[in-house]
Amino acid sequence: MIVKQKSKMRISFVAFTMITMLFSGCKDADKTEKPSTADIPVSREMTAELTSPPNVPRPVGRRKAKKLIVNMEVLEKEGTMTDGTTYNYWTFGGSVPGSFIRTRVGDEVEFTLSNHPDNKLPHNIDLHAVTGPGGGATSSFVAPGHEKKFNFKTLNPGLYVYHCATAPVGMHIANGMYGLILVEPKGGLPLVDKEYYIMQGDFYTKGENGAPGLQSFDMQKAVDEDADYVVFNGSVDALTGDNAITANVGETVRLYVGNGGPNLVSSFHVIGEIFDKVRVEGGSMINENVQTTLIPAGGAAIVEFRVDVPGTFILVDHSIFRAFNKGALGMLKVEGEENKAIYSGVVQEGIYHPEGGGIQQMPEGKKTVKVANSNKSLAMKMESGKQIYTQTCFACHQAEGQGIPNAFPPLAKSDYLNADVNRAIKIILKGKSGEITVNGKKYNSVMTRQTISNDEIADVLTYVYNSWGNNKTNVTKAQVDAVKSGH
Amino acid sequence: MKPINRLIICITLLFSLTANCQSKMVLIKGGTYTPLYGRDSLKVNVSDFKIDVYPVTNKLFLEFVKKNPKWKRSNIKKLFADENYLINWKSDLELGDMQSLNAPITNISWFVAKDYCDFQGKRLPTIDEWEYVAMANKNLPDARQLKTYNEQILSWYEKPKTFKNDIGSTFKNYWNVYDLHGLVWEWTLDFNSVLISGESRKDVDNDSSLFCGSAAIGATDLMNYAAFMRYALRGSLKAKYAVKTLGFRCVKSINNSQ
Repeated sequence: MIVKQKSKMRISFVAFTMITMLFSGCKDADKTEKPSTADIPVSREMTAELTSPPNVPRPVGRRKAKKLIVNMEVLEKEGTMTDGTTYNYWTFGGSVPGSFIRTRVGDEVEFTLSNHPDNKLPHNIDLHAVTGPGGGATSSFVAPGHEKKFNFKTLNPGLYVYHCATAPVGMHIANGMYGLILVEPKGGLPLVDKEYYIMQGDFYTKGENGAPGLQSFDMQKAVDEDADYVVFNGSVDALTGDNAITANVGETVRLYVGNGGPNLVSSFHVIGEIFDKVRVEGGSMINENVQTTLIPAGGAAIVEFRVDVPGTFILVDHSIFRAFNKGALGMLKVEGEENKAIYSGVVQEGIYHPEGGGIQQMPEGKKTVKVANSNKSLAMKMESGKQIYTQTCFACHQAEGQGIPNAFPPLAKSDYLNADVNRAIKIILKGKSGEITVNGKKYNSVMTRQTISNDEIADVLTYVYNSWGNNKTNVTKAQVDAVKSGH
Repeated sequence: MKPINRLIICITLLFSLTANCQSKMVLIKGGTYTPLYGRDSLKVNVSDFKIDVYPVTNKLFLEFVKKNPKWKRSNIKKLFADENYLINWKSDLELGDMQSLNAPITNISWFVAKDYCDFQGKRLPTIDEWEYVAMANKNLPDARQLKTYNEQILSWYEKPKTFKNDIGSTFKNYWNVYDLHGLVWEWTLDFNSVLISGESRKDVDNDSSLFCGSAAIGATDLMNYAAFMRYALRGSLKAKYAVKTLGFRCVKSINNSQ
């Protein structure tokens, strides 16, 4: 009896301890569990500010969750892919990528999708920030000349892609129907000095890259994933030259980078910068000191970096042929004071003699500023042309245009060059391969097409024609334009 | 004088009647074909029928409205057409300034299109009939296997504002029918049958077949993207919708049994 009772007591004691442990366990879990974002109350109503790339709307800051009205219009319209080439884009809000939507967690978004009456096709929107079937696609499927409204609550902070999901989905995305929606955490993301919106996309056209005129979509190339253009913000020049994004030395830049696809994954990199922070895949994980970040098709990333020195920083998809041959290239221009401690520039150039010998210094070249002016004087063109020549042509055609025997034809006193200026323009635009005869000597080599602007082609050719005993032709940008839009 | 006058009036009336009220039709020899969304990928039989050579024009539709005042913009019941109905007309019986008499009528609902055909002693084509005629190119009754066929249609789908063009401005196909591709979308009698099936009641599932990955499943011809887009458009419509890029034409059954 006694023994039995003891054991009973022991059992009950053990059970009691276990139960208390269980309870206390439960209590602990209750303490750490955050309230669900679905329960965040909303106060008042506001209309969302929408921006076209590369701009983003104002940060949410410390505002409370609200009912947020988003009005998005679908427009099918012709736009410029690159100089002389146009494309029928399908857009959210008239731009590729579509308008940037900025919300905070807990917002109740009332989304109206309007399909312009002139449009041919029905469209819808699948927002990756939506928790619900089809991401909104099933509720927003709308015929031309009509609109659809649906509501959703933003539950998870992050940077999300939205896109059209109407059959054939691939074609709708390939024509530019994608964009980004940002859901900021409570209190907003930390403030920075500059914010920009960049989105990569691949395009498939009937003609090859650079073919002039209106290019239609090529379904076969899209299925084969054989892109003619890989670009940031919908066209080759969307982020270069005058369209470059800007910052000042000492500022922190935040880029909201998305990838619409439809096919290609982006290896996003900024030449000459290291990302101080990357919000990996647009989520909450922060990685630091990153050189290149992978952005999946239908995904995004937020990258941040402080710019410490002035200059032009090139944004690329580091799958590098896409950058230099298909258009995936943008520019960030940074102005401000040099900081020689961080980056010196060229300090010294010398002749390298493997056998030894004294270093022979070369005179330091004067830095020139690029002028994008159509009425440039000959002197200005010569100056700019010389600079371009040094960067682009020098390696093969040599300093005095003498070329390299049996490999690269001379440009100095060149009969081939002087015979036909349009041919020369065309060679720079399209490249040249196969046998040619220059000054009585045969050359059989390859020159690739050069990715420099029409203006730059005019300058560099003017420089070449006015140097080394050539016929002093003054090549204009108009001539280059004419050749490019010819065939 | 009087009888001559009457005769002239009679003749002009007769002439205008035959020229305007009855648009030309051609015979389509029936057969079987495999539609894009076969319910169970079975072949479908299409019987012989006649079809309008051209889509209905602004001119013909205007005459129809004159005779049928209930289809005037100011009279139409909200149930039968939305606010876009004939939205670009100047008034009840006047076309807009930019609208050509010989351009296809658009901004009309399914109800009015159906009634128009009934009034002519015809009817709207079924999806199967329409697709059967539309799979022809210039030389072949079924050109869907040709790469160029799909490419041409796709390039039209991308071209803006073709609804402003006159009828007959695209190619004549194997059946001598014009403008099936390249001008406007066209109403069909059972345009909504793709999504709302009478038997299975799985409307949600059917709906999803037009979204994302599932669009590729259940299609018989994976490369027929042009057809996907037509079905997608049909799926987005309601019978009272009036759309700027959507017109119609009529067909007539041939009663072989009688």
